[in-house]
Amino acid sequence: MNNFEYVRAEGLDGAARFVAGHHGAKFIGGGTNLVDLMKYNVEKPTALVDLNRLAMRSVTELPYGGLRLGALVTNSEVAYHPVVSAKYPLLSRAILAGASAQLRNKATTGGNLLQRTRCVYFYDTAVPCNKREPGTGCPAKEGINRSMAILGTSVSCIATHPSDMCVALAALGATVQVAGTQGSRSIPFAEFHRLPGDQPQVDTTLAVDEIVTSVDLPAAGFAGHSAYIKVRDRQSYAFALVSVAAGFELADGIITKAGIALGGVAHKPWRNAELERSLLIGKPANRDTYHAFQLALLAGAQGYGENDFKLKIAPVTVVRAMEQAAHEGEQA
Amino acid sequence: MNTHLIGTDVNRIDGPAKVSGAAKYAAEFFAPDLLYAVAVSGAIAHGEIDTIDTAEAMKVPGAVEVFTHKNRPHVSWFNKSYLDEDAPVDGKPLRPLYDAKIFFSSQPIALCVAETFEAARYMSRLVQVTYTSLTHQTDMKIAVQEAKKVTSSNRDGIEAPPKPRGNSARAYADAPVKIAKGYLSPTEIHNPMELFATTVIYNDDHTLTIYDKTQSVTNSQMYVCNIFGLSKNDVRVESPFVGGAFGSALRPQYQLFLATLAAKALKRSVRLTLTRDQMFTLGHRPETLQEIRLGANQDGQLLALHNESMQATSRYENYFEVIANWSGLSYLCENATMEEKTVSMDTSTPGDMRAPGAAQGVWAIETAMDELAVATGSDPVDLRLRNYADKDQNHGKKYSSKELKACYTQGAARFRWNERVATPRSERRGTALVGRGMAGGVWESPQMPAAAKATLAADGTLTVASGTADIGTGTYTMMAILAGEALGLPLGRVVVKLGDTELPVAPLEGGSWTVASVGSAVSKACKAVAERVFTLAAGINESPLKHASFQDVDFLNERIVLRDDPSKFVTLQSALEQGEGKPIEEKADSGPNMFKQHGYKSYTHSAVFVEVEVDEDFGTVSVCRVVSAIAGGRIINHEAAQSQIIGGIVWGIGMALQEQAETDHQFGRIMNHNFAEYHVPVNADVHDIDVIFVKEEDDIVNPIGAKGLGEIGLVGVAAAIGNAIYNATGVRVRELPITLDKLI
Repeated sequence: MNNFEYVRAEGLDGAARFVAGHHGAKFIGGGTNLVDLMKYNVEKPTALVDLNRLAMRSVTELPYGGLRLGALVTNSEVAYHPVVSAKYPLLSRAILAGASAQLRNKATTGGNLLQRTRCVYFYDTAVPCNKREPGTGCPAKEGINRSMAILGTSVSCIATHPSDMCVALAALGATVQVAGTQGSRSIPFAEFHRLPGDQPQVDTTLAVDEIVTSVDLPAAGFAGHSAYIKVRDRQSYAFALVSVAAGFELADGIITKAGIALGGVAHKPWRNAELERSLLIGKPANRDTYHAFQLALLAGAQGYGENDFKLKIAPVTVVRAMEQAAHEGEQA
Repeated sequence: MNTHLIGTDVNRIDGPAKVSGAAKYAAEFFAPDLLYAVAVSGAIAHGEIDTIDTAEAMKVPGAVEVFTHKNRPHVSWFNKSYLDEDAPVDGKPLRPLYDAKIFFSSQPIALCVAETFEAARYMSRLVQVTYTSLTHQTDMKIAVQEAKKVTSSNRDGIEAPPKPRGNSARAYADAPVKIAKGYLSPTEIHNPMELFATTVIYNDDHTLTIYDKTQSVTNSQMYVCNIFGLSKNDVRVESPFVGGAFGSALRPQYQLFLATLAAKALKRSVRLTLTRDQMFTLGHRPETLQEIRLGANQDGQLLALHNESMQATSRYENYFEVIANWSGLSYLCENATMEEKTVSMDTSTPGDMRAPGAAQGVWAIETAMDELAVATGSDPVDLRLRNYADKDQNHGKKYSSKELKACYTQGAARFRWNERVATPRSERRGTALVGRGMAGGVWESPQMPAAAKATLAADGTLTVASGTADIGTGTYTMMAILAGEALGLPLGRVVVKLGDTELPVAPLEGGSWTVASVGSAVSKACKAVAERVFTLAAGINESPLKHASFQDVDFLNERIVLRDDPSKFVTLQSALEQGEGKPIEEKADSGPNMFKQHGYKSYTHSAVFVEVEVDEDFGTVSVCRVVSAIAGGRIINHEAAQSQIIGGIVWGIGMALQEQAETDHQFGRIMNHNFAEYHVPVNADVHDIDVIFVKEEDDIVNPIGAKGLGEIGLVGVAAAIGNAIYNATGVRVRELPITLDKLI
């Protein structure tokens, strides 16, 4: 770890201005990923602006029926919040499938969105990595890539986004509220994370001085029909090889609303709302529908050797999650 | 023998100290002049350091020194000075910072020393290194072409394969049933919870007190003395508590060398703790490829057996462990050939890791036996009984005891083995296929020379001491039980000392021999004390024991009691008063009784039964039920014994399903060097585990009749899980770990 300056943020504006004015400064929330990366010499911030005293620690119900999760609300608090459990069980399930109890107690809502890939090359400064040091190369493509992406990859990077929570947020269609020196704005969840392209070092569409202030959930939370399935190498404290968050609203067996997102397969939670509109809405909730949808959703998926198995697992995981979501609440 | 402690459930006596933080580990000792060190790891697998620039590092406030091969103080240049008790005698052990040569990725190349840990760590980031790389090879599948045959032992107790027996090639050719398969096991890394650490206290008289994470203080002391040209009187090594080791601390690791080098050079106390990532740069379980051929008749009776084993090793030491021999040991077969080969690669030298060799060797043969059961339509237990050996097949010697049949019977009954359907894919639960499998396990139970001291103070407190180690296995408690047993004392009256070169010398704490070796020495020393106490008791005026001999009495509840008439006794206190308050001290050496043990071999055995659920779509495996029946001689501490076996089974779950060092061969570097990426089981992976100890009496194995249990719990578990997975899915996986991608 290197020396760095520590600044406690007293207000959003001051914090944003500080980071805008200090090259290499970063915000810190729970620090469950950033501190690790600092110890690994991957992140070398010149200053840390500690956001933990800011008033972003509450969960509030929004006037139109949605729910606002303050950026500093911990993952555990979200997962066990009574309104979340009742109206957004998909989110609770996804959060509890991730990390460990200790990490969830410390990790924040905003930080969860901003965690970086767990690619082993990204973490080890002895080897090249385009995400860590642009232009050095991507050894993962021909190396250890069991956990790597099969969708939306680029020549320069095949890393995945590691979050479980974000997969559920993508399926729910959440909105990310941010504030910076240029003011505040709302970012639809699908536009928050980006694909690697030729700038794999950039994970999100957030500006350097922008702070996530909250994540807003829409009024409709798939409370009746949702499922989160995570396929992984051990039953806890393992990143998803493939995960699927599936949510439906059904009327007489017909899908009226759907949100299907995948984790562990791309640089961002993978969702295609257009396909949902064309292949799910108005269709009967049955295997044929799910099968047709997964074929379209996963078209173009590509393996890199060790991760070829994801091409087999992803389709069945999508179908099973959709089945489970549709049948939720039914007697077995 | 009358017993009040042996075989009962005894909580570890060091438990309160451990959970309250009073137990101090190597990195927790302090001195006012303490300096902090951080080791710098190299980035390439093979080559030389061109330049190493420490100028920026030395500018850090609090920086004291950066040691490299350029400025290191004088150390011995003889390779043999770096040997230790567990080193291959024909190798050239790693000499850290000796010269510019790089033998493996992450080799230590510099040591940053500072007034604070934070400064030392910051310095380690500022050391600039350039290299000239040479070609490297870390891919055993390619390096295997240069395999070298093992013809003789180069470490104590590690045997080369026995001469072939019979004519296995012809017998195989003629056999009506044949199994010929290759079995691959990966590199696995020891990862004890406690990081490797050494604190060297630089004393005013220039002597060193070294707190080291080690399985042998004697070995660490010898290593330091030989390299730095010190006398034993100048170096005291202590290691009172070790937070797990599993074989990784049998050999001195480089933090001991580096911390000592810095302390001597700077004449200051120095602490060096390795990082979790650096834990992946030490010894490891070597990757293996075993080509097994079994020939059998239609009933599954073995006619021919081959194991051609290949194992990875480093370029600088021809380390090997016994892998192939386990195939030929336990089953009756007149025609058997075992071969062992090493494959040198640009990695660190492998090291003994819990059940070294047997973990992989028994996994392969027990998987092959399951394949033979399938091929001959035999029940796996019946098949093993059909080939049951009453003699050690490799050495042609009798067993001192072998209650493996009882393990099969009692294990099968507890597991309800009769409910198993032999045909794969016969049972489902929801989306999961259910399967059941079993395997046998075996490990050696040797006794090594060991010494111990017992001192009974005037207040009736008994102190027993031996320079052994407690690596979490329960050595403290075992010593207390045997001592309390011998003198009729409750555990609260017994003090145990270990892990100190000032104490009587004990062997390396490993190989499952500590109970047998140190336990026997403790028993013997305590018995000698008891004899002297008896003499005092009998010498009391009007003593009720006046006409008795030592053989006639028991030591129970702080009394010396006449066995035939328990109303006649002398209290321990009275006997000690008779001794006028002088402590009674006895030292004892104990070693194998060659006369008694001649013609015998001793082993622990197990039968492991496993039920798995395998998700049909995802290939995810849940080990829902394990029953392990153990024949381990006399059980000293039932609770600790059970914990050992449970721990071994959990380890076996990891070996079967998760553990694997992932090497990028382009860089010759292990890449998953942390606990997030290198998987071992978490609680959620561990379900029902049931342990049975079958009765096994053995008065040949050692004086206390106990066999070590450190390794046997693991052996056979991975095979039993793999066999259960086959029963569930019909898929046979011959490459560990059995990750889900291999099952879909």
